[in-house]
Amino acid sequence: MNMKPTIEVSYFPGCSLDSTATENNLSLINLLNRLGINLVELDDWSCCGSSSAHSLDPELAFDLANRNLSLAPAGRPLIVACPNCLLRLREAQYHLENDEKARIRYEETWGRPVDPKLQIQHYFELLDRKDLLSFTKDLVEKLNGLKCVIYYGCMLWRPPSLRHDKNYYGLMEKILASLGATVLPWTFATQCCGTFLSVTRPDVITPIANKIIRGAKDAGADFIITACAMCHMNLEIRPTVKPMVPTLHFTEIFSLALGTDDYQEWFSKHLVDPSPVLRSKGLIQ
Amino acid sequence: METNQQTSITDPIKTKDLDLNFVAEIKQQSGVNISRCLHCRCCAGGCHFHMATDYPPNHIIRLVQLGFRKEALESSTIWLCVGCNTCSVQCPMAIDMAAVMDALRQTAIKEGAALAEPDILNFHKDVLHTIKRHGRTHKLEIMMRYKARKLDLFSDFVVGTKMFAKRKLHFRPSKVKAIDEVRKTFKP
Repeated sequence: MNMKPTIEVSYFPGCSLDSTATENNLSLINLLNRLGINLVELDDWSCCGSSSAHSLDPELAFDLANRNLSLAPAGRPLIVACPNCLLRLREAQYHLENDEKARIRYEETWGRPVDPKLQIQHYFELLDRKDLLSFTKDLVEKLNGLKCVIYYGCMLWRPPSLRHDKNYYGLMEKILASLGATVLPWTFATQCCGTFLSVTRPDVITPIANKIIRGAKDAGADFIITACAMCHMNLEIRPTVKPMVPTLHFTEIFSLALGTDDYQEWFSKHLVDPSPVLRSKGLIQ
Repeated sequence: METNQQTSITDPIKTKDLDLNFVAEIKQQSGVNISRCLHCRCCAGGCHFHMATDYPPNHIIRLVQLGFRKEALESSTIWLCVGCNTCSVQCPMAIDMAAVMDALRQTAIKEGAALAEPDILNFHKDVLHTIKRHGRTHKLEIMMRYKARKLDLFSDFVVGTKMFAKRKLHFRPSKVKAIDEVRKTFKP
């Protein structure tokens, strides 16, 4: 099953995968290695600006995102796992492509060339391009008996300027179903988790998080599967309903299905422990 | 009594105190042609936080179109909007609502409007403070500063302790080596 990495891509982890969601980072690196892709971390990357920079100062948001673009080596795609980082970097690139003043500002600030053809992509793009059947054909029953709902949060939505970018709605469903999982329909697949309001207005976020957990439970799911580190955290820390439905990163469950045994550091990081259910399904020891 | 009431979209419009240049100003600041909005209310139906905001997104647009400067800049909507883009995706006129909210927030700060959600502004400042110091966000420091300012040290103590024990919150920040490069992007 293990392949030697054959493709190298640049990788922007972002602050969440570097701190609160290291299990997402580790499982992503593990997963892509298994699929023959080597992630080369952008040297000395910095914060994309997050939600705060563009809220208060558009120029700061543009500059912070651009520093990372200026560090990306030419000729290979820049892969991002955090949906918010991806938006920030893609928006900066959009301005560079379409606004002469923005280009001048970039050149004056950074003095480094930016690859005009730099492809900034979510790691879903790598999965979508791969012939996954060749990886999953021997594993079609690996996730048998696992019932899950897929939670995208707001990661599919984009501002109008980027609306022609590719959309990956259904990719997680397709992959997990092809590995034998039962992907259940439910209402809250694209309900935003509230991101930073979880800190500033938990009174607003707790009812939303409870609604999502109840929705997953009503659908009959063992797990909620998400591809966003922020969503993962909010679904772990804010709901008050009991019993909880554990949330897994998509990279964790996909990697487990491909047979990894390198998961010790992943599930110990979860605040809502998914291990008992994973063990009962025979996916971990 | 009546003076305390919030302006509602159903109230008769009084033209006396309206700022007729407001719409042009926000257009300029956001790069979004707000006049395209035809008030179909798709955004209002789609907003995930409508239950917590004082105005749905299209009402904010209407306030700007008509020149209700104070009402728009003092609304809670502009701070509770997290920029999830759900409304923009549903908008048949492709209005970039998140960009409009950004412009309104920035205008509100610039002219010292009475902010409906000062805590959210403080949170954003705390985030930017750690980026300026380390080049990356440092979540423990953000939380400590935010909570200390509010004198609210206990509301998330349990979950914070759990996250710290699981090493989801790190004691030491992750740092950028070329920190001067990051710092020069901040205005002095």
